[in-house]
Amino acid sequence: MTLSVRARLQREAFTLDVDIELPPVGVTSLFGRSGCGKTTLLRIIAGLERVRGAEVRFGSQVWQQRRHFVPLHRRRIGLVFQEHSLLQHLSVRGNLLYGYKRTPKELRRLHLREATDMLGIGELLDRPIDHLSGGQRQRVSLGRALLTSPQLLLLDEPMAALDSQTKREIMPFLSRMASEAGVPIVLVTHAPDEVERLADRVVFMRDGRVECSEPLRQALARPDSPLFADDGAASVLEGVLGPLNEHGLRPFGVESARLWLPNVDSVPSGQRLRVRIHARDVSLALDDPRRISIQNHLRVTIERIGSPRAGRSVVATRTADQQLLLAEVTPWAVEKLGLEPGMEPYALIKSVALMG
Amino acid sequence: MLGLGPADWQAIELTFKLCLYTTIILLILATPVAWWLANGRSAARVAVQAVVALPLVLPPTVLGFYLLIVLGPRGFVGGTLESIGLHHLAFTFEGILVASVLSSMPFAVQPLTEAFNNLGRRPVEVASSLGAGLWDRFFTVILPLTRGGFVVAATLTFAHTVGEFGVILMLGGSIPGETKVLSVLIYDHAEAMNYEAAHRLSLMLVIFAFLTLFVVYSITRRFGVAKL
Repeated sequence: MTLSVRARLQREAFTLDVDIELPPVGVTSLFGRSGCGKTTLLRIIAGLERVRGAEVRFGSQVWQQRRHFVPLHRRRIGLVFQEHSLLQHLSVRGNLLYGYKRTPKELRRLHLREATDMLGIGELLDRPIDHLSGGQRQRVSLGRALLTSPQLLLLDEPMAALDSQTKREIMPFLSRMASEAGVPIVLVTHAPDEVERLADRVVFMRDGRVECSEPLRQALARPDSPLFADDGAASVLEGVLGPLNEHGLRPFGVESARLWLPNVDSVPSGQRLRVRIHARDVSLALDDPRRISIQNHLRVTIERIGSPRAGRSVVATRTADQQLLLAEVTPWAVEKLGLEPGMEPYALIKSVALMG
Repeated sequence: MLGLGPADWQAIELTFKLCLYTTIILLILATPVAWWLANGRSAARVAVQAVVALPLVLPPTVLGFYLLIVLGPRGFVGGTLESIGLHHLAFTFEGILVASVLSSMPFAVQPLTEAFNNLGRRPVEVASSLGAGLWDRFFTVILPLTRGGFVVAATLTFAHTVGEFGVILMLGGSIPGETKVLSVLIYDHAEAMNYEAAHRLSLMLVIFAFLTLFVVYSITRRFGVAKL
């Protein structure tokens, strides 16, 4: 059971030529710059763009093939758009129930109460749409899509129109939805942090073509990954967050590769989370420097040393629990310290960003 | 009442019937045309837009003349009707109904196109993704979100049909109860030097036209065509 799409489209200066198969589990991110065709691809999957000759299948269902075309309202797809797309003539409740009422009873897996609880919108139900903030609107849009009990969720840059604060407010709901809804999700985005936080798999797109499609781990293991194009290489570590200690810090990850995080009050303990560490915030030392202000020191094993680029080398290392940690050092430091694969230096981590 | 004779009342009733039928037919016809003009991708859109707007610039006699030819006993439509045992449409109520539908077309299509343009595709796409089929989408999303456009289209169509004269005179003549609508009757009254009768009806039409436009403008001013 997979989602497969084959489409070719020539429209003025824009060409799209894709042939991909995606596993319909977890979150697949379509990633690329604006104009690379990711939204068009999403619209073809949805059936909003009827491209001649395209083929779209979802498991055993053929959605488009030659003259056969299943319209969107029969595909049972949940759609969330970038901008405000709530129906203005309906209240929040009216919007949430619009799709629910049109879903056959036997197919409903989620009900109003559960959806509003999951998204924290229970108190908004009777408000008119124009009294909602941007973040609330997107949460209602998500709930509305979920309440159709879709077999596939398509999110078209759902956070692109939100400011960074609102985005931080929405992210936890999205990742919760991804893990709890049990519906495969295709997420279109151009923001690396959204991919790193939410995706299980990334499809890199460029100039209307799919460059490659790989699991997130693999995408993050390449220092030349397009995810790093704007903001430099970064690692994503997974772990469980512990309770606050007397110094105002919270432990993250297993004992042998423990990080200490300041300023995270809102997240409850015991949750599995991801943190993002920029390679440029990681230094390597042969001895464990004790008299230093940096809190986070980890014993790591060097796996590979990247060739220098713009005066910097990215060193790939493994933490004690085998997670990938990238460090950015100068070629001169590599030479001076005699770094080579197999060595076990200390990684000094200057800054860790919690992604939830 | 109001000093109107039976002929006046007959004309009023006929005019009302013509306007009502024209409005109903046009709303049904103009909706898909306007939707296509607002959302279609075809290059033919501009041509269709121009054709729809033709009655705005052509002298009504031109439209009436061609309709007389086409709908008359030897015309394509009239002739076909005759050959299957029906009556041709020149000098009939059905004939002037066809004429007013065509000549009022821009008054229905243009406000609807504008309303659909303002609406955009998004609400319809949203409704589809929520499982609504074509008619469901039209009645639960498009119509409630563009009802201002429909109100304006209906009002303008109705009012413009009241003012129809040239086309009707060319195609329908002046047959009481069949084609003699108010505008034609006023013309007849004036021709017969019955200025008092002409004046009564004319004043009624002036007041009616003013009220209609007043209502339309206050609606569009207050809500905008799209948001009403």
